[in-house]
Parts: sequence; structure tokens; C-alpha cells
Amino acid sequence: MIRSLRVLVCIAVLASCAWAQTALNGAGATFPYPIYSKWFIEYHNLNSNIQINYQSIGSGGGIRQVQAGTVDFGATDGPMTDEQIAQSKVKVLHVPTVLGAVVPAYNIPGVNAELKFTPDVLADIYLGKLTKWNDPRITKVNPGVNFPNQNITVVHRSDGSGTSYIFTDYLSKVSPEWKSTVGKNTSVKWPVGIGGKGNEGVAGTIRQLPGSIGYIELIYALQNKIPFGLVQNSSHNFVKASLESTTAAAAGVKMPADFRVSITDPPGKDAYPIASFTWLLIPTNPADANKGKILKDFLFWMLDKGQTMVEALSYAPLPKDIAAKEKAAIQSQVKP
Amino acid sequence: MSDSVDPMNTPEPIEPLPKPVTSIPSLGKVEAPRSAPKSTVLQKIRQSHPSSSRIPDEIFRWIILLSAVSVFAIVVLVVWKLVDKSRLSLHQFGIHFFYGHDWDPVNDSYGAMPFIYGTLVSSFLALLLAVPLSVGVAVYITEMCPQGLRAIISFLVELLAAIPSVIYGLWGIFVLAPLLRDYVQPFLAKTLGWTGFFSGPMYGLGMLAAGIILAIMIVPVIASITREVMSAVPQNQREAVLALGATRWEMIRMGVLRNARIGIVGGVILGLGRALGETMAVTMVIGNRPEVAKSLFAPGYTMASVIANEFSEATGDMYLSALVEIGLALFIVTLIVNALARLLVWSITGGTARPSV
Amino acid sequence: MSNSVPPSTSQQVSLWRRLTDWGATGFAILAAILVLVPLLAIFIYLVIKGIGSINWAFLTQTPKPPGEVGGGMANGIVGTGLILCVASVIGVPLGIGSGIYLAEYGRNRFGDVIRFTADVLNGVPSIVIGITVYSLIVVRQKHFSAFSGGVALGIMMIPTVARATEEMLLMVPNMIREAAYGLGIPRWRTTLSITLRTASAGVITGCMLAFARVAGETAPLLFTAFGNQFWNLKLNQPTAALSLQVFTYAISPYDDWHKQAWAGALILILLIVGAVAAVRIVTARGRLKGA
Repeated sequence: MIRSLRVLVCIAVLASCAWAQTALNGAGATFPYPIYSKWFIEYHNLNSNIQINYQSIGSGGGIRQVQAGTVDFGATDGPMTDEQIAQSKVKVLHVPTVLGAVVPAYNIPGVNAELKFTPDVLADIYLGKLTKWNDPRITKVNPGVNFPNQNITVVHRSDGSGTSYIFTDYLSKVSPEWKSTVGKNTSVKWPVGIGGKGNEGVAGTIRQLPGSIGYIELIYALQNKIPFGLVQNSSHNFVKASLESTTAAAAGVKMPADFRVSITDPPGKDAYPIASFTWLLIPTNPADANKGKILKDFLFWMLDKGQTMVEALSYAPLPKDIAAKEKAAIQSQVKP
Repeated sequence: MSDSVDPMNTPEPIEPLPKPVTSIPSLGKVEAPRSAPKSTVLQKIRQSHPSSSRIPDEIFRWIILLSAVSVFAIVVLVVWKLVDKSRLSLHQFGIHFFYGHDWDPVNDSYGAMPFIYGTLVSSFLALLLAVPLSVGVAVYITEMCPQGLRAIISFLVELLAAIPSVIYGLWGIFVLAPLLRDYVQPFLAKTLGWTGFFSGPMYGLGMLAAGIILAIMIVPVIASITREVMSAVPQNQREAVLALGATRWEMIRMGVLRNARIGIVGGVILGLGRALGETMAVTMVIGNRPEVAKSLFAPGYTMASVIANEFSEATGDMYLSALVEIGLALFIVTLIVNALARLLVWSITGGTARPSV
Repeated sequence: MSNSVPPSTSQQVSLWRRLTDWGATGFAILAAILVLVPLLAIFIYLVIKGIGSINWAFLTQTPKPPGEVGGGMANGIVGTGLILCVASVIGVPLGIGSGIYLAEYGRNRFGDVIRFTADVLNGVPSIVIGITVYSLIVVRQKHFSAFSGGVALGIMMIPTVARATEEMLLMVPNMIREAAYGLGIPRWRTTLSITLRTASAGVITGCMLAFARVAGETAPLLFTAFGNQFWNLKLNQPTAALSLQVFTYAISPYDDWHKQAWAGALILILLIVGAVAAVRIVTARGRLKGA
């Protein structure tokens, strides 16, 4: 027994000495996880001594852990609120990385058509006021679709989530009732439905549950071949989430200096209404200068080469002028 | 042995069993002394040792004492951390925290009632299913099973206890939930829907699924303790009842179960403790919705699941504090349940029995 | 135990009593079947689903980005090994130490307190241990790490190891201790080289059971070991773990990840069944050496 203990100790000591690599850790949003994961693996292939580990624990977690200093950077889909920034001991720069769209995805037995959703139908489904798939308000805008007489199962996020932030931000803009009773946040008190952990969890739950509807990032719907609906925008057009319609949503945006901006329910007749930037939260004064340098190098790579990879995963790349503005901000604000 | 038998049910005094140390069958052995070196010979020999050899002995004693104290220290640390980190929420909500229904991170208003309800309902549902099964299995293994099969079945039951909860969850999502949704729930709704416990939309995922998964997980705990306690019932109890002309079932009921009942209750409570604290499998199948619903088809949420889902991502200090307070409440509940179970099991087996896994 | 005693077959037994007897027998058999069915269902399903997904890539590669087919859980397997090493280094010595104390010195009030605390610790939900370790180690060190995951699991091992050690030591007859003392061997030497050695088979059983219990733990690792998509052998870095990866993959929507979750679960269970089977073999050789 004593000998085996000795062996264990030796292994542990050896293990901790080996592998002299620089490892960075980040955590946060699940919405951009596919592209982040792609970027970090590609970046590791280019620079084999750098590992950037990213865990998609939810935007709330990204904000929390970067403030607690337990990760080197965070990621979120909902920008930090003024209150959160005021309370935060760690000053961070919001760095927009890509644009994404949140889609209403559903699993209705026998329905494969692309459904159309008006803003008030979406709000009322999530408020629990619309409970049947064959409700006239749904069938009226979707002529020709044969809806079953089935209950609507609402699926939402169980964790603190930027996707929830984007979705509730949108619902707050289109539904006064939603704004007054629920509001917008990374976690809210959902009136109805069941919770899934992460975009992965919600998508997984939709696939498992006939009659369900949930909101997920576009790529999760596409990769899993879950049908998703068109949403009516502020110009009363039904728009399908796509690269073009997401880019169109960002077209008219006036980017503030701290990059915290909401682009849900934008003007523009081709704009998809539930779209958003997603941000990396980069501490401006990193505890470890070496790691800060590596992270900066990565950010420049991401804003340059990285942007060419995003379309393959159905995210919209950043508009050129915004990317340029970000580079300047990173150079001047992030130490070293 | 004698303290395991209720005097009211034993018409005649029981002979003390011989105490062959090497023949102790299992963990439930009752004859083991509370502490080993009681012998006076040892004391004498020890005193005759030269005092120079006592210094290493003292050092050894202190090292050993230190590791024992570490157990105590860890529990104290756990309690201290929980209280310390939940101070904010304890102060803000007070006792209202435990019966408030609101779980609203937007307005920083927290009440733990839906989680407490979910934990209690899923655990009691699990007990309801698991207790008869566990006792049945234990009876089968100790009283009916052919010798050859006995080892195999008890091994398999122990194996059930060794499966990690995440694997139960995996199985729950992909096998149990669809099965419940497509077959079991429609059947229950049709036959028992009028009670209100089995109505509403059928997701598969929900309180019922959580209860069933938990039941599967706690059967080995209850069954192994029941088996141990039943084995501890002296053979002459059985013989006496049989001699009076009882059938096998009457013998089991009067001779075995009645004598073993305190220990069985202890095992049940221990299983309850395990069910209350179970996290991953439940999180994966319960549906994660903070709601107090009568129907067992409805999704729910437990105290352990809400911590697993939200702890690493809670944004506000109050939010985090509320989650830790749920942890504290969970700790206190499991503490009470476990203490109760241990006391009962100790009182019957004389202080050394514990679940084998 | 009672097989040797034939059940009563007297002819005066009334129909009702015979029926209840049959009913009870039937129920017990049914219960045994009902308990074994889910076990077999889980196992068969696991083997069927898992075995098809285990291949060389699964055992040697790290995960691919979501949505891309292929990749494996090699880093998770290594990570679980790393975490369990740390857990064993912490849990086994402390557990055995406490067990020795309880058996050899703990015949007093204080011993009862420790014994009770060990049982309390045994019952503390793993998620609560996770919270504690997170706030004690992760927040303080400012990073998630394999080490903190190991500490959390190590703490969970202590009570199981301690109680098993105590039990086994108590089974060692006093004669053996007396003989050792009589030969002039000091007490510490007697305890380590003779008493503990005699009970070693049983103590190892306890350690393996504790090991099997924590090997599949997921909840406390969520906010300690945290997960990692790359190789990691450093104790102070976040690390992947098999159980964590099974959880993440299971709740994901990707078919390929579901397959890998089953494969990961199969590997995990083989690890644990291996440990339990090893316990059985050790136990079959007898709990006490030379006693």
C-alpha cells in the first residue's frame, strides 16, 4: 500500500512538471461556442504552444467568472449592464466577435414547413397565453399548414444565458406586457416551459419533445436539422435568419465607444429582428502580462483571419469598419 | 446481538452467540467490539515497555489524531463556508426564503419553495417505488434464493450502486423519458388521470422520470442494509416461528421482518438521504422548471439541480448567495436525515454497520 | 440463511394462508426481477450503443469542434486519471489514518464524535462539497484546476475509507496485538506493520469502493475541474474528465456527441466495474490475512 502511494505521488509530481505550454482559460456564452471552439483549435494548430480552453457555461457564468478572476477572459451575448460594470472589480473591454441570430425552433409532428411567427404570437407563446399549435392566431399567418391539436411545450434556458438575453431583449421591445411582467436579463423568471442547460441543452430538448418550441442560436438549428421559423420584422416582412439578414440587422447600427449595443428589432426591411453581436470580455489590466499578450495576439488574428471562418458556421462576420474600430480599441485600452 | 431484538416480540431469552471473529460474515457483524485493544494484557505489556519507545508512539498517535481531526475540520469548513457565503441572502430574505415561490433573478427576489418541493416530492416518490422493491429483493436474497444465485444477485445489486449518476441520467434521457412519454404516461393519464397526479402535457422529462431514476439509484442502498439487518436476526427466531406451524411468509413476517424493522427503517432513511442529495441524474431528467405542480408529469426542479445549473453562472452577489443558501438548506436536511438513519442502524447493529457502497 | 429450514407443509394450513404465502413469494421474486431489469437494460443499452462508438480515434484524440464528426475523449480519460490520482493521494492516507484512530484510539467520546462526523461527511451531497471547494480553492487560487477537482473527490473518499479501515482493524484479534507487544515491538510499528497489514485485504476493499464511488462523480467537478478541450497534465489547470464530458455530450443536440457520450459512459463503467470486480477478488481471498 505504501509503495503504491509512493508511485501515485511520483506520477502526480511528474504530471505537474511536464507540458510546458501556455494555457489560457475562458468561459461563457454557448451561443458562439461552435465558432470559438473552431477558432481556438485552429489557433492551437497554428501555434502549438498555445492552448486556449473555452468552456461554454453560459453568458452569466462568463461575466461572473471573469469578475471572480477564475478565467483569463469571459464571453457573453448580453453586454454587461451599467450596474454590473459599476460593481465589477475587474475592468473589461467588450470585444464584439461575430453576429448571430436566435431562431424559434420547433418540433411539431407532421409539420415540416417553415412557419411564420409574428412578434405578438412569439410573446404570447412565451407568456403562456397561447397554448395550442392549432390556435387561429398561428394558423392565420401560416395558411396551408396542417397543425395538430397539440399543446405547445415551451423550452427555455435553465442557466444564465446571453441567448436568453437576446431573446428577452427582443420580446421586451415588441411586447409591453413582456417588458412589464418579465423583463430582459441573462436569467429571467419564465412564465411557462421547461429548462434546458445551454444552447445544446435546449436544442437537445426540442429534439426529444414533440410539440415543443425553443429559442436557439441559428447554427444549432442548422447543424441539428431542427426546423425553425421566419419572424416578422419592424417593416412587417417575414424574414428568415441567414447571413444576409443578420448582416442587414447590423447595417444601420451606430456603434458606441464601449461596443455595448443592442440590435434586436432593428429598422430595415431585410433585417432579421432577433440578432445580436456576441462579445468577448477582455480584462484591460490582466494579472499575467504574458497571457495578456497572447490574448491580444489572438484577438488581432481573430479580427483578421478568424473572420474568414465564420460564414462556414452560419455566423455573420463583423462589418469591416467595426473590426477596424475594435483593433484600435484593443491596442489602446488593453495592457500590455 | 441481543439489542437487535425487540423484547416485546421475543417470547424467550436469546442465547448469546459464540464470538468467532474469523467467521464474521459481512459488514453487518454485530459481535465486533467497539474498540480493539481493551485487553488488560495489552495495558500491562505496554507499561512494561521502556519509556524511550513511547516517543515515536506519541508522534504516531498525534499523526493519526491529526488525520481523524481533519475529518471533523472538513465538515466544519463546509458548514462555515456555506453560512459565510449565504449570509447576504440569509439576511435579506430571512425565513421567507424557505416558503417564497419566486425565483426571479431579474428582480433579485428568491424563494426556495419550488426546489424544496421538487426535492421532497421526487425523493418520496422514489421511496414509494424503492422501499417495497428493496425489501422484496432482500427477502428473496436472504430467505428464498438458491445458494448459487444469491452471490450473483447481491453482486448485481451492488453493481447497481456503483453506476455513476451521470450514466443513469444518460439512460434516463434517451431510454426512460421516451418510454414514459409514449407508453407509461398515456396509460397513467387514462387510468389515473382523475386523481390529478397524472394529468397535463406529457413530456417524458419531469417529476415522474426523476422519481423513477432516483428509485433505481436508491434500491441498492436500502436493499443492502435490509439484507444485512435481516441476516442479523438469529436463526432460532425463524425456527421458533416455523415450529409453531407458520408458512414461509408468516415466518418472514413475524420472525424476520418484525425483528429487523428498526434497521430497515434506518436503511430507508439512508436511501432518502442519498435521494435528497442526488444531482446529475435528476438534473438531466427533471425538466428544470421552478414550479410547484400537483401533476407528476409536470417538470420540476430540485435543490441540488438548481445549484448544478446556476452556480457557476449566477451573475449577481445576491443570486449567488441565494444558491449557496439552498446548498446550506440541503446540507442541513441531509444531515438530519443521515443522523436519524445512523442512530437507528447503530441501535440495531451495535455501531459498525454501514452501506457497502 | 434459512434455506436449511424447510417451510411448513402442514395440511392444516388454510387456503388463505397458503395464498398469502404464494403471493409473498411471488412478490419477492417479482421484486428481484424488477430490480435487475433496469440494471440489465442500462448495461445492454450501454454496451450496444457504446461499443460501436469506441474506436482508436475515440481513445487517442481530443474533441473536435461541435458539429464536426470524429474526435475522441482521450483527454477526458487522462483527466479522470489525473483527478483520481489527486483524490487518492488525499483520500486514502487521511481515510486510513482516521480509521486507525477510530479503531485503535477511538474508544472515547471524541472517537464517537469523529465517527459521527465521518458519517455526516459521507452523507453530504456531492454538489455541496463542490461549492465548498470552489470557494475555498478555486476562488482563492483564481483558477479552476484538476487539483481542486481532486480535492473535492478526495474529501468524498475519506469517510468510506475511514469506516472500512476501522471495521477491518476491529476484526483483527487482540491476540495478534498482544503477541507483537510481547515481542517488544512499539505500538506504532505494531499498528502499521502487523495490525494494518493483517487487515490489508479489507482496507484495500474499502479504498476500491471509495474509488469506485467517486470515479463517476460529476457534480463537484462542474465548478472545480471545469473541463478542457485540450490535453492537460498540469494540476493547476482546468482539465477534462470523462464524467463531465459524458454529461456535456449527453445534453447536447449533436448525434455524433450522443454516440461519444455512450462510448464515454461505457469506458467509465468498465473502469468502475473493474474496480468493484477487483474488490470481489480481494474479498474472496479473505478479509483478514492469517487470521
